[in-house]
Amino acid sequence: MSFPHRHELETTTILSQYHGDAEARTLAGWLERGGYERLRTAAMMEPDEITGVVKDSGLRGRGGAGFPTGLKWSFMPKDDGKPHYLCCNADESEPGAFKDREILRWTPHLLIEGCMIAARAIRAEHVYIYVRGEFFPYTRILNEAVTEAYDGGYLGDDVMGTGWTCDVTVHAGAGAYIAGEETGLMNSLMGDRAEPWMKPPFPAQAGVFGLPTTVNNVETLATVPGILEHGAEWYRQWGTEKSPGTKLWCCSGHLAKPGNYELALGVPLEDIIYDVCGGTPNGKTVRAVIPGGSSTAFLTADELDCATTYEGLQEVGSSLGTASPIVMDESTCLLRAMRRVAQFYAHESCGQCVQCREGTAWVARILERIEAGDGELRDIDTLYELCVQMTGRTICVLADSVVFPLRSSLDKFRDEYEAHIRTGSCTAR
Amino acid sequence: MSRRIHPAVAAAQPFQLAERDEIQGPLLGTPEGSERLEMVLSRYPEKRAALLPLLSFAQEKRGWVSPSDMEEVAAALDLTPAYVHSIATFYTMYNKHPVGRHLVQVCTCISCHLNRGDEVLDAFLREVGAREGEISADGDFTVIEAECLGACGFATVVQVNDEYFEDVTPEGVAAIVSELRSRE
Repeated sequence: MSFPHRHELETTTILSQYHGDAEARTLAGWLERGGYERLRTAAMMEPDEITGVVKDSGLRGRGGAGFPTGLKWSFMPKDDGKPHYLCCNADESEPGAFKDREILRWTPHLLIEGCMIAARAIRAEHVYIYVRGEFFPYTRILNEAVTEAYDGGYLGDDVMGTGWTCDVTVHAGAGAYIAGEETGLMNSLMGDRAEPWMKPPFPAQAGVFGLPTTVNNVETLATVPGILEHGAEWYRQWGTEKSPGTKLWCCSGHLAKPGNYELALGVPLEDIIYDVCGGTPNGKTVRAVIPGGSSTAFLTADELDCATTYEGLQEVGSSLGTASPIVMDESTCLLRAMRRVAQFYAHESCGQCVQCREGTAWVARILERIEAGDGELRDIDTLYELCVQMTGRTICVLADSVVFPLRSSLDKFRDEYEAHIRTGSCTAR
Repeated sequence: MSRRIHPAVAAAQPFQLAERDEIQGPLLGTPEGSERLEMVLSRYPEKRAALLPLLSFAQEKRGWVSPSDMEEVAAALDLTPAYVHSIATFYTMYNKHPVGRHLVQVCTCISCHLNRGDEVLDAFLREVGAREGEISADGDFTVIEAECLGACGFATVVQVNDEYFEDVTPEGVAAIVSELRSRE
């Protein structure tokens, strides 16, 4: 592709402008940067008015599925007389993704502010921020911020003197990828195994503690204060009609400058890889990219000119997911990479559904066998058959999540699988 | 360790620490234990929601979750010990056996795998002289392989207790191990 760079791509930092600025994470620093003014505004607004602004902005959920945020909020019942809850999903655990961590670490008060504004919109009385257990250093920062916000009168009873009451509780997980799935998260929060449940009931009908609940991702909620402050049209100046705004990109794998970059949605993926991240560290050719975290379909090097929008990545048969491209250079054994991805899902399957519990384990074992030199050509057919059996038949999409990379790698790199089976060893490098 | 904990964050205290109280007796019967129980319970409409926070509290104090901790937590929350055991074994971060002073978790998931994560794991095992999951002879280390730790742009990522080490290379492992060993 076009390496060295064609042009310098500018990052747009509306969400990440204070990343790297340690003072922004303290309450005093946050107030100096205009913090909590948006919360004051929201606390005096009618809930539906807030939902309306977010709906108009076109903001889509940043946890991977891309569901329109304002629409999700509008599913919450009104005047039902029951307590409502907001769960902030900070259980970031998709391989490739490390964006929520940066928000927790640099701008915890932005997240708290976003949570409170969303809570106001859905008429929630309590926000639970479910943070993945391993994130100890970032949970500490968030805990400090929540404590400061309580002490400053920004949370709890009579928020900022407006008479509105809403609490925030930070809740740590204890190691389970599936707790990132919204119903798994709620089960985990209720002290159960993080096993997803069959919908309906949808969270807005009967979520955590059996009550109306909305689950939103960290990045989604952290985007809300800016939208409320500047308006929907402001947010729509970036991105496309169907994918407005900016997105934090988590770039990893074989890259010269891996890391977190905020970009307007829609730039070509190859520009992110070559311009922003400087291509591969040693000038090797890019062989394959998983664009949206490990649960998305592989792209080959000639497919990287696609637009990084929800619709653009769908057009090339993959998805935006968590916007976490994992880049693999020409020295990568793609069978081995796929084996490692499959092992992850086999490890993380919660075990409720047979197709997933058995399927993920079988995929991993077959790939291990091929890698060890004991593969047979019919293994490829078996893997395809597993892809069929594991698609759309389970409570949640964990099984589908391994099918996306698996099927695409079989389709696009079949010659490599066959060569492995025929020669009993790796032909890459 | 008597720093103030706000009830809002009582359910999210870091629970894999090098410094542990190594408590021998009951978990929740102490003043600190009953205070934590109260604080956690005050945040949820249902008692059972306190289960993970209390198992985490056991690990924070002891370094692992013992069968007696599970029984105590079960009694406090009106649950059966078998149910609590099913939860403790579902979540990978709960140690069901004691671990070394430093629990070293090496990520070998896809982005780390592409950046020599497997070699980093081997280097740690060699350097501390123990097999995966075992406590080293000096009691200082337990090294295990971890699934994605959520810092993929800084591969290879290694978590030691409550700290993240980023951009770790196999060559850099010896220095990390000796620095950890030298900590009081």
